[in-house]
Amino acid sequence: MFLTSVVPQWPFYNLDTMFVRGLKRKCIDGEEDIEGTLAGIKAIPSYNLQRQSLLDMSLVKLQLCHMLVEPNLCRSVLIANTVRQIQEEMTQDGTWQMINTQSTGQTSLDRLVSTDILCRSSREQAEGKQVPGYSNFNKDFEDDQTQDSSETMSTASSVQAPRNLQSNVWEMENAQENRGNFQKSLDQIFETLENKSPNSVEDLFSEVDNSYYDLDTMLTGMMSNTKMGHCDGLETFSSPTTTTSNSNCKSDLNELDHIVEILVES
Amino acid sequence: MIPGFGNLMQDVLWCFSQVKGTIDIGVTEADIISTVEFNHTGELLATGDKGGRVVIFQREQESKQQPQRRGEYNVYSTFQSHEPEFDYLKSLEIEEKINKIRWLPQHNAACFLLSTNDKTVKLWKVSERDKRPEGYNLKDEDGRLRDPSMITTLRVPVLRPMDLMVEATPRRVFANAHTYHINSISVNSDYETYMSADDLRINLWNFEITNQSFNIVDIKPANMEELTEVITAAEFHPHHCNTFVYSSSKGTIRLCDMRASALCDRHAKFFEEPEDPSNRSFFSEIISSISDVKFSHSGRYVMTRDYLTVKVWDLNMENRPMETYQVHDYLRSKLCSLYENDCIFDKFECVWNGSDSVIMTGSYNNFFRMFDRNTKRDVTLEASRENSKPRAILKPRKVCVGGKRRKDEISVDSLDFSKKILHTAWHPSENIIAVAATNNLYIFQDKVN
Repeated sequence: MFLTSVVPQWPFYNLDTMFVRGLKRKCIDGEEDIEGTLAGIKAIPSYNLQRQSLLDMSLVKLQLCHMLVEPNLCRSVLIANTVRQIQEEMTQDGTWQMINTQSTGQTSLDRLVSTDILCRSSREQAEGKQVPGYSNFNKDFEDDQTQDSSETMSTASSVQAPRNLQSNVWEMENAQENRGNFQKSLDQIFETLENKSPNSVEDLFSEVDNSYYDLDTMLTGMMSNTKMGHCDGLETFSSPTTTTSNSNCKSDLNELDHIVEILVES
Repeated sequence: MIPGFGNLMQDVLWCFSQVKGTIDIGVTEADIISTVEFNHTGELLATGDKGGRVVIFQREQESKQQPQRRGEYNVYSTFQSHEPEFDYLKSLEIEEKINKIRWLPQHNAACFLLSTNDKTVKLWKVSERDKRPEGYNLKDEDGRLRDPSMITTLRVPVLRPMDLMVEATPRRVFANAHTYHINSISVNSDYETYMSADDLRINLWNFEITNQSFNIVDIKPANMEELTEVITAAEFHPHHCNTFVYSSSKGTIRLCDMRASALCDRHAKFFEEPEDPSNRSFFSEIISSISDVKFSHSGRYVMTRDYLTVKVWDLNMENRPMETYQVHDYLRSKLCSLYENDCIFDKFECVWNGSDSVIMTGSYNNFFRMFDRNTKRDVTLEASRENSKPRAILKPRKVCVGGKRRKDEISVDSLDFSKKILHTAWHPSENIIAVAATNNLYIFQDKVN
């Protein structure tokens, strides 16, 4: 499901894998207890859950957007700004601390619940307006997605899922370093989320890779790890060696491309 | 006039005219149309696709025998504009997808257009050849060189008519000037220069010079971690060659005057609508990101498209738009799902009609919308094979938001979000529109009475 972010032409995946229906009902029930204010953490558990879910989703999107083709910078910036917004609000709420103490150590995809509350404007939330649920957002989705979900990590219930998918994809490649780096990045992101002390968004990303946005250096840095894995002698930068390493990289990237295509199109 | 369809847009009824492209269910990704543009006379219609190809259609001469077939568009030229490339330094593929095509005004028999992918802009010359020289001295008719010792006489080659051949040749290649992805190109009204804009920079080129360009806007922060805003579109003013606008991912438009300074980082005008605090959500910024910006033909107004609306701005009023049109407000409650499946990042374009009285933009489910600025009426039409009988009048479509769905209405939940109309074009002087629906190009015309 998350791989579809890589091939933006077909972005759909089963909303059911994101929204556990029972949990959604709970959220709506929970809403009736809401007094319509955002003050007080215990009054709106479902809002926090949904906000956390949006945060998790955004972080996964950011991680998965750089693969073979240069990522869409506009999209990355918009997602990062959303993450920053959520994190700021959570810091103001004080929920940042609360969630950290509550966490079981893993950010779970169970928490990627229906986020319909978040779609509402703050005015609508104040009015306590009911928004139609997502179960029938697009019935066609479900038909399309029965095929997809078998290939992708359907009903993922832990953050292992995206990691496993990533590791499957990377395993098919020769470089073990890639997998190591990728998992490491995801780990770092989620670990930072669960830190006791709230960090700024810059810190959040700084632990992953300082030059995340700097396309001039980021991907060179990331890919150089790739190269290190199976392209020897890159340090010397002599032309014959470089050619070899480039062609190795290229063939591995083509392989990866091929694999991604298979996983997404099936 | 057929009653029941209403009088819209000064009594314009849109009819199906043609559709180009295959009907296959499995769409080859390379065939997905990524840009559509009429030339300045409307005689030529160019499309670019994901596979890097450009197809140019030419309108046939109207015939008195068949007045109903008002100038159909037929294929005039097809060529491969861009090829996939590989950036060895970054180990990344450079897509060959044509992001934009812009025509140059025509001065002689040949036509010129600019086409661009993410990194490289090319100037193409499209010319006709209907004569062939015959009677060379040094080679025979097949092109084989003759034995010089066998040549005893000299003759002057003559031009003889041949079947019309349309050839496209790349005349200029403007490369290596963009680190980030090019999203816009715009030909200046001086017809000597043009600009290319990527996510963070805008460059000014002279058509004759390919190894240099001037950087006129640079919003890259010193520390990339501080990046929060990117350039999303840019365009020159249609008449004032010193003026251009560019839009951003934060929903702002900046108008710049190149006479003020060489680097136009400081805008002359700044257009932004204040945010409605009661409408604020986590998605507010994303849906405010402007996906397209277009000057009116008059040069007095600028139109912008963000995810849910189209706005018309008066260049003399910076604090809010003059007009706002809701394209598909029923999606406002679905933003979470649209964020999740990435549809919220779809970049819709918008166009003016020739007289600036009607504006058009696309939506999902192969719907596209037109707004009449004078009567304030709007219509939703659909580009589909079902409505593709010759000269069939397009029936207005309606999306029902909740409650009882009338017959012929479609509910929001049934919309097909994979069928999106991102690219449309309007003939410069007539009511002819071209609508790109994935790999098909639909041409609609107004009804002939």
